[in-house]
Amino acid sequence: MKKGVASKLLLSGMTGLILLLFSFPFIWMVLSSFKTQVDIQAADRFFKFTPTLQNYSAVFTQYDFMKYIVNSFVVALGSTLFALVLGVSGAYGIARYKMQGIGLTILIARIVPGITFLIPWFVIFNKLEMIDTYAALILSHMLVGLPFIIWIMIPFFESLPLEIEEAGFIDGCSKIKVFLQLVIPISGPGIITSSLMCIIFSWNNFMFSIILSGEKTKTLPIAVFNFLSYAEVNWGGLMAAATIITLPVLVIALVAQKYVVNGMAAGAVKG
Amino acid sequence: MSASWLDKNFKWVMTLPALLFVLLMMVFPIIYTVRISFFEWSMSASTPPRWVGLENYYQLMVDVRFWKSVWHTFQFMVYALLLQMILGVGIALLLHRDFIGKSFAKTVFLLPMVATPVAMGLVWILIYEPTGGVLNHLVQLVGIRPMDWLGSVKQVIPSLVIIDVWEWTPMITLITMAGLTTIPKDPYESADVDGATGWQKLWYITLPMLQPTILVAVMLRLIDVLKTFDIIYSTTQGGPGSSSETLNIYGYVMAFQYFKLGSASSLLVIFFIIVMSLTLLFMFVRKRLGGIS
Repeated sequence: MKKGVASKLLLSGMTGLILLLFSFPFIWMVLSSFKTQVDIQAADRFFKFTPTLQNYSAVFTQYDFMKYIVNSFVVALGSTLFALVLGVSGAYGIARYKMQGIGLTILIARIVPGITFLIPWFVIFNKLEMIDTYAALILSHMLVGLPFIIWIMIPFFESLPLEIEEAGFIDGCSKIKVFLQLVIPISGPGIITSSLMCIIFSWNNFMFSIILSGEKTKTLPIAVFNFLSYAEVNWGGLMAAATIITLPVLVIALVAQKYVVNGMAAGAVKG
Repeated sequence: MSASWLDKNFKWVMTLPALLFVLLMMVFPIIYTVRISFFEWSMSASTPPRWVGLENYYQLMVDVRFWKSVWHTFQFMVYALLLQMILGVGIALLLHRDFIGKSFAKTVFLLPMVATPVAMGLVWILIYEPTGGVLNHLVQLVGIRPMDWLGSVKQVIPSLVIIDVWEWTPMITLITMAGLTTIPKDPYESADVDGATGWQKLWYITLPMLQPTILVAVMLRLIDVLKTFDIIYSTTQGGPGSSSETLNIYGYVMAFQYFKLGSASSLLVIFFIIVMSLTLLFMFVRKRLGGIS
């Protein structure tokens, strides 16, 4: 009995330590965002400091952060919406008509290093004068999101009972009507999972955005990365900016925990 | 009438848009990259591309910096993959039992992998900061000399591996935890009857039963570790010097800082071949192993 208690305590202690290690960078980031430069540089003032909002106000007044937030939202929502239209219908076709070849072709986009597309995209978008447009960013982010939507939705559609669709056909519905009016409404969980993954991928995207965006369409990760190259590193401002970028994704992860876990594991399910 | 056309061609109406999009955005650019790799083309000079055959590939083969980036990629991959797998599976085994706050623990594990990598890169730069950073403060408490984590040629790759391990170990843990729930109870009961120890059960029942799950996790990470870009570029940009330059980073630098599009393309073709062959090799190994168990 005593041994049981001791091992339970040990287990809880280790769990606590592991959780602390994995959440530490977040704690450090949020605390630092409320500190002055002097307090950040002094390691012994980890908790002992007078919190200040000065970093946050600097981020919005000096760096025009609102514009980057809007850009990030436009690109994330735009690419998610278009990728959903292509991906959900594509996955349904692949699942129902066993078109594995098409499925595999699209899934290869998950394996190929994104940088292999980047030179041709840069050259072509340059020629079409599409660098620094939302369209270029949305198109490139769609290619990241689409394989995940397909990956998540194929098994989802395969697991839907066929009876529902058959009932629709008996009532004389066309295939497209069955898809739009019967299948889509019951696919909520799958669509939510894939939308969340798409939004997160686009929001976090760095490599494509750094090449294809410009002054007008710069997204948050690029804006924050550019702050770094200023002569004097303003750590407080950077941590405030990092906190602001991370916030929406963390809120999504906390609120829609189940869906995000499913989405993250989706790659594993299909193998 | 139009409805029947739609019904007849329904499967193509559904799948062709996605397929065309992928062909246009992925397959066509890959072909284009292969083509450019046979040209000398520098965007900064206004000279048109010039056909040079295999010259770019030859130049890469004699480029020390290229071989160094191959070596960095390999080092980063092996260290990160090994540590993540051991830690990830270990933590999953630890957390598998029921305890209060299990869902809270899972949420905490979600955060590193969904948080914006560039933002996390910045946070880690500050953590690693030689003078004011918290990590040097902590290592000094346990009697280790403070280090220039990202700034020293020797230390930079291990430091980047630590970030990657922090970011992605949770994924291995979550996948393994999902795999653990599917293991049936019976083998454990008969092992208990035979008087097996905890370690024996782990070694002869749990790990073999987990093998398929673990292999899937290894493959996903293998693909992604090779492609790591955000964390490396946002923290060191391949530096100091070129001591943390992986193939991904060197290709990027060559293309978009030096604008040597031809040479960069030949590097990316090689990189592409490496990623694809490792993936195929791994799939093959997995199939063989799957046949045995």
